[in-house]
Amino acid sequence: MSGQVKQHPGLNLHREDAETRDQTEEVLFGFWVFLMSDLVLFSLLFATYGTMLHSMAGGPGPKQLFDIRNAGIETVALLLSTFSFGQASLAMKYDDAPGRVQTWLLVTLGLGLVFLGYEIYDFVDMIGKGGPPSRSGYLSSFFALVGTHGLHVTCGCVWIIVMIAQVRMFGLDTLVKTRLLRLGLFWHFLDVMWVGIFSVVYLQGLVG
Amino acid sequence: MSAQDAKERAHDARVYQVGLVLALVLSAVPFGAVALGLLPASGLLWMIAICAIVQILVHFRCFLHIDLSSNHRHDLQLILFSVCIVILMAGGTLWVIGNQRAMMM
Amino acid sequence: MLSQNIRFAVFGNLSFSALPFYSVIATIAASMVVLGAIACIVVITRAKAWTYLWKEWFTSVDHKRVGIMYVIVALIMLLRAAIEAILMRVHQATAFQQQGILPPEHFAQLFTTHGTIMIFFMAMPFLIGLFNLIMPLQIGARDVSFPVMNSVSLGMTIGGSVLMMISLVLGKFSTGGWSGYPPYTELAFSNDMGVDYWIWALTLSSLSTTMTGINFAATIYKKRCEGMTLMAMPLFTWTCLCTSILMIFAMPAITLATALLALDRYADMHFFTNGMGGNMMNYINMFWLFGHPEVYILVLPAFGVFSETIATFSGKTLYGYTSLIYATMVIAVLSFTVWLHHFFTMGQDANVNAIFGIATMLIGIPTGVKIYDWLLTMFRGEIRLTVPMLYAIGFMILFTIGGCAGIVLANPGVDYQVHNTLFLVAHFHNVIIPGTLFGMLSGYHYWFPKAFGFRLSETWGRRACLCWIAGFVLAFFPLYALGLLGMPRRTAEYFDPAYRPWTLIAAVGALIIAAALACLVIQLVVSIRDRAQQAVPIGDPWDGRTLEWSIAAPPPEYNFAVLPTVHGRDAFLDAKHDGSAYRAPEHYEDIVLPKNAAIGPVICVAGGAAGFALTWHIWWLAIVGVATMFAALIVRSFNRDTERVIPAAEVRETEEAWLRLAHSLPPRDRNAELSIENEGLATVAAE
Ligand code: HEM
Ligand SMILES: [Cu+2]
Repeated sequence: MSGQVKQHPGLNLHREDAETRDQTEEVLFGFWVFLMSDLVLFSLLFATYGTMLHSMAGGPGPKQLFDIRNAGIETVALLLSTFSFGQASLAMKYDDAPGRVQTWLLVTLGLGLVFLGYEIYDFVDMIGKGGPPSRSGYLSSFFALVGTHGLHVTCGCVWIIVMIAQVRMFGLDTLVKTRLLRLGLFWHFLDVMWVGIFSVVYLQGLVG
Repeated sequence: MSAQDAKERAHDARVYQVGLVLALVLSAVPFGAVALGLLPASGLLWMIAICAIVQILVHFRCFLHIDLSSNHRHDLQLILFSVCIVILMAGGTLWVIGNQRAMMM
Repeated sequence: MLSQNIRFAVFGNLSFSALPFYSVIATIAASMVVLGAIACIVVITRAKAWTYLWKEWFTSVDHKRVGIMYVIVALIMLLRAAIEAILMRVHQATAFQQQGILPPEHFAQLFTTHGTIMIFFMAMPFLIGLFNLIMPLQIGARDVSFPVMNSVSLGMTIGGSVLMMISLVLGKFSTGGWSGYPPYTELAFSNDMGVDYWIWALTLSSLSTTMTGINFAATIYKKRCEGMTLMAMPLFTWTCLCTSILMIFAMPAITLATALLALDRYADMHFFTNGMGGNMMNYINMFWLFGHPEVYILVLPAFGVFSETIATFSGKTLYGYTSLIYATMVIAVLSFTVWLHHFFTMGQDANVNAIFGIATMLIGIPTGVKIYDWLLTMFRGEIRLTVPMLYAIGFMILFTIGGCAGIVLANPGVDYQVHNTLFLVAHFHNVIIPGTLFGMLSGYHYWFPKAFGFRLSETWGRRACLCWIAGFVLAFFPLYALGLLGMPRRTAEYFDPAYRPWTLIAAVGALIIAAALACLVIQLVVSIRDRAQQAVPIGDPWDGRTLEWSIAAPPPEYNFAVLPTVHGRDAFLDAKHDGSAYRAPEHYEDIVLPKNAAIGPVICVAGGAAGFALTWHIWWLAIVGVATMFAALIVRSFNRDTERVIPAAEVRETEEAWLRLAHSLPPRDRNAELSIENEGLATVAAE
């Protein structure tokens, strides 16, 4: 039994039989295709943001609105959450320990909520400083881009809750495992998008 | 857990740890540089861009487990193809709309 | 005051003034929709068919059933949009120095609904339906990768179609054209529900199509049977793959463009508004980032159909298989590099225009390769002029003309002259009707016997085809002249007498197209009446070459008793030659299939309701609709009882009955395929 050949990107399941592996492969491939479609959506939001950089319409810009400390905290929260999801994946792959998986999922969820909390706080702060989305084309595109990412994270959090429930109800059977694999891809993918956002939006904005 | 498994687990865990450390460093560097204004603007922009690209590669390698091994060329092809299309679409948008803006100035 | 607030809370902006009494024709159309819906409900109830429909169709996740339902949606929407087109043609014929038969506002709704429906609710469901029906059979699979998601996609498409239909009865539709350019479609200029209808119908359609693309791509990559390498796949499946890739990458652009427009309209944002930093050109840019790949989403499937029908009805192996595949892939990739040709006149640098103009012309090369390949497939073939083949021949001649007009338009200098004139309308109908529509109709005739077990009437099919070709030529070639004379598209009334004769000819053409539609309807009725004589239970009425013909018609729900193993292209033809066709497998096994799922219809209703509610600002219903969609997903994910087993004995019984029949019937020669002797078993002809 050669469960060791990596068949699909992302963390492989451990010692799966051939049929499970084929199924997992198909499902994960489909999910990657979805992620790539989502990538197009994000890239066009980025492009829109790029075309709107000069559309301040006399309103406030990045220097007046952004708070580098918030962006930093959000970044750390998200990076840690990606790491903690990795721990959940390890526990799933090697330890077959539903309890540990749930714990790490909870940690991830917590960090995700911290991220969302700071993001909302940041948005409220910006609106308070006179920068609501309706103020200018630039701000519309800012809120659309960062907000879309936030919505994705929200969906990810709901999904984590669902998966905690499923691990509890069904244990770590194949279906639950492949779903966790997909959730992992989703969560890590959102982190990649966030790297784009803090670089292109926050840091670039504070420099430019 | 067999010794073999334990070794593999340690290896996989190590990948995540390395990923986390690299990601934190690659974020801290541009954040710090911007906060402290360490470089002139153009230098900062270059630094942000390079750190971001490297960090994205780190994420793909360490968290999404994409590598160049020949077993899953399909998925690598998918990702590379997507990157091409995204460059066409997003890059094209910036170019076309930017060009029009320049013409209207 | 209070009662008004309560009314708004419950009904949003909906009120009696939403009823369509602004034009007689609108009132008639609305009554037709309402009466049609009531008639359907009455007939189904009288026949006590609701449970049957729910169990066997609405909740079915079988790719064949899903495909058939897609095609039914497409045919219904084709009828509506074509009637609207004929109305527009008659209107323009009468609109010389006077109002014509429609008020201008209604005319504007018509070209918007016509374009929107034809693209999103006719052509796309049609091609997705055919792919659903045939692609898994061609690759020797039991179903698509994600059958339940498939049913959800169908549900969302139906939700969008129903929204389009409701817009006939309640309120007005957008007048902003199928492309919905801002700033006209912003609140400042279109301050009613019309644009919102358009936005939400499109959103449902674009999300559904993205999911379909993902589903098909995964299916083709991961579900091919033993021996079915990529380079052994039938061409129709190849075009399915390329089309799916286009859907995956292009649909997000329209989802986003309409979503941002919605944010402008609902949340007072400024993406595309006139002031406050909005830039409407970015909408146009994103719309065509989707729009150009979209035209290849529409036409590649037709290329796939024609590759199958031309090979089959010429009795020859497809000429230049590899070159056709490379041509398809090149077209798919190039289609992401040309979108700017839709707005050459935006005001960018001439060099930018030149680059996109050249890229556009390049697409002519792979397309030309294909035309030659098909011609060479026919060359020295034993051609049978069946209906699918007639459509194919009409396509090759007319599409080439339309393509040449496209090359002309790709020259920015020329485009400046004819931009936004009827020349453009002539060009795109000239590629889209002979291409997409003829392709879909060709496939409809070709695969109908596979889906239902009986052939469509050949006589009425021929009449329809000839009417389509003649009607098309008369209705659209005059538009080239009108365009060159300078008549703008979307013109409700005109004053130049030079336009007169051409609009009259075009109206005659439209009436002939009406006759073509009538022939199609009659054909269906006649064929269902004569289905016993037309039956082809063995499943191979046209001496087919690919795997879908190797099983019974209609196919059993599990498709293949044993998943096939193939050794090359034209797998079924090879099997017929080496005698391995119609042979019982060594042994039968239990077959596991997905169970029916209610989530498709639930999301259909919830999504449609959410779209309707957002259109009319009925906020509670919008929240309920969206929440229901998410809740349905979550509830479904807890369902563990998703599979059912067909026992081996049952499979054996079905298969053996079919094989016994196959062995008892005399095979028929290709030349007898149009006679009632054709029972779906073909003699093995020498190549
Ligand atoms: C059945 C025969 C058809 C007829 C007689 C017809 C006729 C027309 C007419 C009269 C217009 C308005 C032209 C104007 O702007 O003045 C139009 C527009 C259009 N048609 Fe068709 N058409 C037909 C089939 C199709 C098909 C099959 C498709 C696509 C699959 C299609 C897509 C469109 C689109 C996208 C527009 C542009 C709508 C707009 O201006 O926003 N049509 N057609
Ligand atoms: Cu185009």
